[in-house]
Amino acid sequence: MAGRVRAIGLRLAQTVPVIIGVIVISFILTRALPGDPAVYFAGAMADEQSIQQVRETLGLDKPLVAQFFLYVGDLLQGDLGRSISTGQPVLTDLAMRLPASLELTLSALVLSCIIAIPLGVLAAVRQGSWIDHLCRVLVTAGVSLPTFFTGILLVYVFYYLLGWAPSPLGRLDFIYFEPPRVTGFYLIDSLIAGDLETFAATLRQLALPTITLALFTLAPIARMTRAAMLQALSSDYIRTARAAGLSRGKILFGYGLRNALLPVVTTLGMVFSFVLGANVLVEKVFAWPGIGSYAVEALVASDYAAVQGFVLAMAFLFVTLNLIIDLSYALIDPRIGFDTK
Amino acid sequence: MHTDRRHFLKLTAAAGGAAMTPFAWATRADAQGLETMVVASGQTINSLDLHRTGTNRASYQVAINCYDRLVGFGSRQLPTGEMSYDYDTIVPELAESWTISDDGLILTFTLKPDATFTDGSPVTAADVKWSFDRAVTVGGFPSTQMRAGGFFRPDQFEAVDDRTFVLRLDYPSKLSLPNLAVPVPFIINSAVAKANATEADPWAMEFLHTTTAGSGAYTVARWDQGQQIVYDRNDAWTGGPLPEIRRVIMREVPNNSTRRALVERGDVQVSFDIPDRDASELVDTVDVFSTPIENCIHCACLNTKFEPFQDPEVRKAIAHAIPYEAIFQSAAYGRGAPMWGGAAEIADTAWPRPFPYATDMDKARAHLEASSFASGFPVQMSISLDLASWMEPTALLIQESLGQLGITTTVERIPGANWRTVALVEKSLDFHLENFGGWLNTPDYYFFWAYQKDRLFNSSNYANEEVHELTDRALHMSMDDPEWAPMIKRMFEIVIDDLPRIPLYQPALNVAVNGASGYEFWFHRQLDPRRMTGA
Repeated sequence: MAGRVRAIGLRLAQTVPVIIGVIVISFILTRALPGDPAVYFAGAMADEQSIQQVRETLGLDKPLVAQFFLYVGDLLQGDLGRSISTGQPVLTDLAMRLPASLELTLSALVLSCIIAIPLGVLAAVRQGSWIDHLCRVLVTAGVSLPTFFTGILLVYVFYYLLGWAPSPLGRLDFIYFEPPRVTGFYLIDSLIAGDLETFAATLRQLALPTITLALFTLAPIARMTRAAMLQALSSDYIRTARAAGLSRGKILFGYGLRNALLPVVTTLGMVFSFVLGANVLVEKVFAWPGIGSYAVEALVASDYAAVQGFVLAMAFLFVTLNLIIDLSYALIDPRIGFDTK
Repeated sequence: MHTDRRHFLKLTAAAGGAAMTPFAWATRADAQGLETMVVASGQTINSLDLHRTGTNRASYQVAINCYDRLVGFGSRQLPTGEMSYDYDTIVPELAESWTISDDGLILTFTLKPDATFTDGSPVTAADVKWSFDRAVTVGGFPSTQMRAGGFFRPDQFEAVDDRTFVLRLDYPSKLSLPNLAVPVPFIINSAVAKANATEADPWAMEFLHTTTAGSGAYTVARWDQGQQIVYDRNDAWTGGPLPEIRRVIMREVPNNSTRRALVERGDVQVSFDIPDRDASELVDTVDVFSTPIENCIHCACLNTKFEPFQDPEVRKAIAHAIPYEAIFQSAAYGRGAPMWGGAAEIADTAWPRPFPYATDMDKARAHLEASSFASGFPVQMSISLDLASWMEPTALLIQESLGQLGITTTVERIPGANWRTVALVEKSLDFHLENFGGWLNTPDYYFFWAYQKDRLFNSSNYANEEVHELTDRALHMSMDDPEWAPMIKRMFEIVIDDLPRIPLYQPALNVAVNGASGYEFWFHRQLDPRRMTGA
């Protein structure tokens, strides 16, 4: 156990240079973007005088090196700076928007795992059967339909035509107020507050965007499960297990699936990190106040602090995610030890 | 700012009790009055304080709804039957009355005796003075806009006593009074603001950024940045007739298709600033208002620094070759007002006005042959990616049409963040599209920004001494002055002949309404719910 704690500590220490690199690169890259924030925020009518005033207010008249050290100094005190376009501290923005994105992304991943993993396993076991074809069709549809298209289609059918879904107006319909904030996840917070009505309302709002994202993320997971399962089932140890007369369930799930899970978990990690930053279009369609649209709007406005904060938050998230995935490898396959690394 | 759920339900219950279940407003819209109006808008509000650096256009609505100015604009019916604010009628808001000295240099305002801020304290002339000082001092857009009315320095403003405020001008100007009715010079509760000011922040920018301290028709009940702003009516409002709608919820819905579904279903009463295409398609199902934006013209601009454009025959050839009708139909879906095919004779001072050019390839060819570039020339046409929805189809149609004359154009797409610098500051684009619109609705104000030498929106580098001088003289002169109209007509005549900017069409502000009425167009292009009512 002590060895494992030390290994995790070591792994965390390794991330420090990565984070420093991210800070430096994001600082330089945002400054290298075309466009001048002082001009942008002074407004169209501004003259030289007012642009200069804005430049001074934003601290952009100082040399780049001085700006960098000011930024790092603030960072060390836990201050990510202030976003000019939202007018709020970046930390507040991220604390508001990251849970929104995480809640949506995680629900979508849970949903797609529930569908994709059994589907992939079945497709591998009954190769060439109708279920294999269904898997193929779903996978092809999932990757080939762009998310904003699926999103708009779902809104059209289930909200506009049928009226089953609530208005696509973000995380909660406006007659509900957000539950007292504990985690930022409305589903969890409303349960903590014991407010089942808000919980149900949150769930209704989540349904369509979750399905939209799940359709998209389902494809790689199902595909990977099928491939990994096929490989596992054709390996020597399965043949041995069959020869030894083990039960079908034991072979499939005890030996087959367990060995096939490694690549699936890896894919899951990749899909998660990709979707979290890239579901801008789904966020736009469902008016979801997520982190993707925040980052895009910040980029368009050359809002340095916001872009840097976003990149940093994502970097932290990736580091944590990789750590969790590495840990779960060791759980799935005891041969992969932490201590050896 | 923080209303809890129970408090909210109690409020709405008191206000009619209809908001207890989801979708309840669908039925409520059929009722006589409208208690709660829900508005979907694609824009995001980033501050409650217009004076702050970086405050975007959507946030101007807070200054309109939650604050008062000394004066406001009346309303009038447009020839199309739609309602609009009326630039020519100045009505009292916080000021009960005002006088202008004979030389036009001193404006004296008397404040309404019963005007109070939302905390109950009376509005005094000292509050007006403090707010105006703030607007001219903080820099950026508010100070620029104040200068347009002739307000430059704090020493121009004086609080004589609690109810008398005096404004001293350096020169008389017809723009001064209307410029007091634009969103910028709003009146802040200076006692509250000062109590929250610090040495580093003497104008309480941090405090007013997230809190309002005004006397306006509504107060902010809730602001969730990036999601919604909720206004509650201020029942003690003295700035005008009490609004009928008690609660206005502005929801941010970035996607156009989603907003369209919402307004068609009647789950929102207003979808604000919708694309031309949606407007043209929604006409049959909901009420659509498409008001041409005052003093705003979409133009094709010819840079005088580019050699072929220095030849007047080339400029005329292009003005005759542009496929106006096709542009109007495919870029604007017929929303707005045509700016071509006008009368040759200048009989009035209406502006924007159709120029006397129309698509005529024979005339275009004749003009080009008469020029020193008879066989055509290559030119780069630049558009802004931020405005691609109308610039892209327009550019392609112009490209195709000019190709028939032998003028080969390549379309260059410039990122929005760069556009202002290259197009307006450096003025380095040879052939480009531009869309200036002025808040103050007079032709000379447009000329000041777009035709005078070196002005920001004169992206064509146009320089004509007579136009420059006439604009200077006309800008502050009263429109009743007998000299004014002839001067304006002469200015029209020159730029119609010189053509540094070729008007294409006047764009429209499109608003879809389902279950409410009383919509009015405002020059600031924000929704003003104060005069809206139920269906």
